[in-house]
Amino acid sequence: MERGNTGKERLRLAVFKFASCDGCQLSILNLEDELLALGQALDIVYFPEVSSKMNPGPYDIALVEGSITTEEDAHRIQSVREQAKVLITIGACATAGGIQALRNWADVESFKQVVYPSPHYIQSLKTSTPTSEHVHVDFELWGCPIDKGQLLRVITDLLAGVHPRLPAESVCLECKRHENVCVMVAKGLACLGPVTRAGCGAICPSMGRDCYGCFGPTEGARKGPGLPPNTASLASYFHDGLHLIPVEVLRRFRGINGYADAFKQESERWELEKENVKGET
Amino acid sequence: MYGQSQSYERIGGDLVLCLSGGFHLAPNVRGPYDVETSVPKMRGIGAMEVVGEIGVLSRSDFQRIFDNLSSKGYRIVGPIVRDGAVVWDTIRRVADLPIGWHDHQEAGRYRLEQTGSKEIFGVVHGPQSLKPFAFTPREPLVQIERSKDGFTTRSTLPPSEKVAIIGARACDLAGLAIQDQIFLQGEYQDPYYATRREGLFIIAVNCTRALQTCFCASMDTGPCAKNGFDLALTEVDDQLLIEAGSEAGSDLLSALSLSPASQGLTREAAARGVACAQSQVRRLDRTRLPQALHEAHEHPRWDNVAARCMACANCTMVCPTCFCHKVEETPDLTRQNSEHSRLWDSCFTQEHGYIHGKNIRPTIKDRYRMWVTHKLASWIDQFGTSGCVGCGRCITWCPVGIDLTEEVSALLKSSEQRSTSSRPQEAPGR
Repeated sequence: MERGNTGKERLRLAVFKFASCDGCQLSILNLEDELLALGQALDIVYFPEVSSKMNPGPYDIALVEGSITTEEDAHRIQSVREQAKVLITIGACATAGGIQALRNWADVESFKQVVYPSPHYIQSLKTSTPTSEHVHVDFELWGCPIDKGQLLRVITDLLAGVHPRLPAESVCLECKRHENVCVMVAKGLACLGPVTRAGCGAICPSMGRDCYGCFGPTEGARKGPGLPPNTASLASYFHDGLHLIPVEVLRRFRGINGYADAFKQESERWELEKENVKGET
Repeated sequence: MYGQSQSYERIGGDLVLCLSGGFHLAPNVRGPYDVETSVPKMRGIGAMEVVGEIGVLSRSDFQRIFDNLSSKGYRIVGPIVRDGAVVWDTIRRVADLPIGWHDHQEAGRYRLEQTGSKEIFGVVHGPQSLKPFAFTPREPLVQIERSKDGFTTRSTLPPSEKVAIIGARACDLAGLAIQDQIFLQGEYQDPYYATRREGLFIIAVNCTRALQTCFCASMDTGPCAKNGFDLALTEVDDQLLIEAGSEAGSDLLSALSLSPASQGLTREAAARGVACAQSQVRRLDRTRLPQALHEAHEHPRWDNVAARCMACANCTMVCPTCFCHKVEETPDLTRQNSEHSRLWDSCFTQEHGYIHGKNIRPTIKDRYRMWVTHKLASWIDQFGTSGCVGCGRCITWCPVGIDLTEEVSALLKSSEQRSTSSRPQEAPGR
């Protein structure tokens, strides 16, 4: 995908928004020092958050923010895919369904009744789902919000015609490279770092608090038993070692990336555990 | 400090260990101090015997060492309390040290407690060993710049700096000796490591209090510093016994013109070291290593530990000897410049096991087995010494409290039974 660095040959970039808070799009704008260089390296042709000039596709790179929560969006993401050579999801919503995926374990109809005076105007799907459940995704940038440096790196790699490499290792490596004191071992905080993928620069533990998994589960090329992330071990330790009750363990895993496979399965295991506790008492 | 190796002669005879050294060792297995490195071997606890060479300083006069080091241009680094543990930081005064604090360590747990005493070195250690001083978590290696007909490179060797570290423990010194062997010995010396290492002046502290997680006695690395230090201190009530382990250390010691420690005080210091060793509740039985661990390759215990291990890599990050690293390229958007840098890596990451289209260690079991087998067995084949110094950090800083000594003991126990039962079948072929 390498093209010339300047002039007519610049890659065409588009940024699309689905169900989201816009924070990841803002991360692009927060690339203050690099923004001009980015605008020179790429032709930003579609970015409604920034410019009302919305050029039609096809696009070389499409950044997709937000999850799919309406019928209309489910169709729109198909059209985005058709127009994009490389589709990159940005953030927890587009990559794993986001915090709004909590609705997947609840009754959306009842929410509508409680929140809106005229609920019949709301057209919404029962679920919030990641982009990858609808179309093929080339690269996934995790985070709530994404790490702007990581986004810049992926774009730099694509410009250079190099396959971007995204970390799959745990947050703990970044934390230890910063020479932080482990908040789990020294403070007894229920930190998700050991099962969460690196990329954020271990922001939360660097500030003395526990990681809440906004970069999603660590994962390699393969998934399955015996492979990371070992959420079962961490969850058991939260319960047995740090004395979290089952519903607290459940909530640790059912957060911003609660609908990401590994976290979803773990929270559902503790849903059962919670029911068992209820049954006993 | 290193680099004077040619003129150095080993002083085997007058090494008087505070432990009966070597009794845990299998034949042909050397302790980490016996490794031939380009760092001079220095006289250690043996000096305890030589009354007169050990100076004594009262606690209230300890600041004199700080002042002396500062006047020689050293940046002084010592343990300070931060975020619920002790970490290395630049300090200026004795008062910056964690006076009165004690650390309590167990599997997966670290807590500090203020005892209210005037003890300066009551905390044994924090998550960092001496590793980050010379083998830094991130080391920029080369700056690359695109030029008209290719590219130019510029090495980013760190500036040399004189750093005096106060409070290194025997296990830390043993770890550093192994790192020296890896980065400085042989055909290829690492100039980045060497530059940082050269500026270090190490003031060790002999341990008089063992943690629940300590097992240096069984690894023959502690609790008393044997060599690899410039000065070694032993805190006995309100007195500090000081011995020199290098020429630079001797110079500093004579500049202080201390009164010699009495024989009684020296004996007391040695006795506290022995008591510290005896109070260690964990141990690692090395008598049948490395072979027994190689034979335990298919042991069911690996599955058992893999169910608990998260492959998060904390054990390898805090290990004083783990030296795995990766090299990363960081280009800028204009693609005119790039930084080539070295980062701490771990055999627990998926990337680490990836070789030409295939991951050779996909499962957590593969990775944990790789780490333990290398650390305790193939390290001996590779470097002639164990890769473990018995500091216990991997036990404390494992978020789910996996205990290396417990795993090894389980791995060796039934493998013995199995190897005896399988021997008759194996014998004819060999």
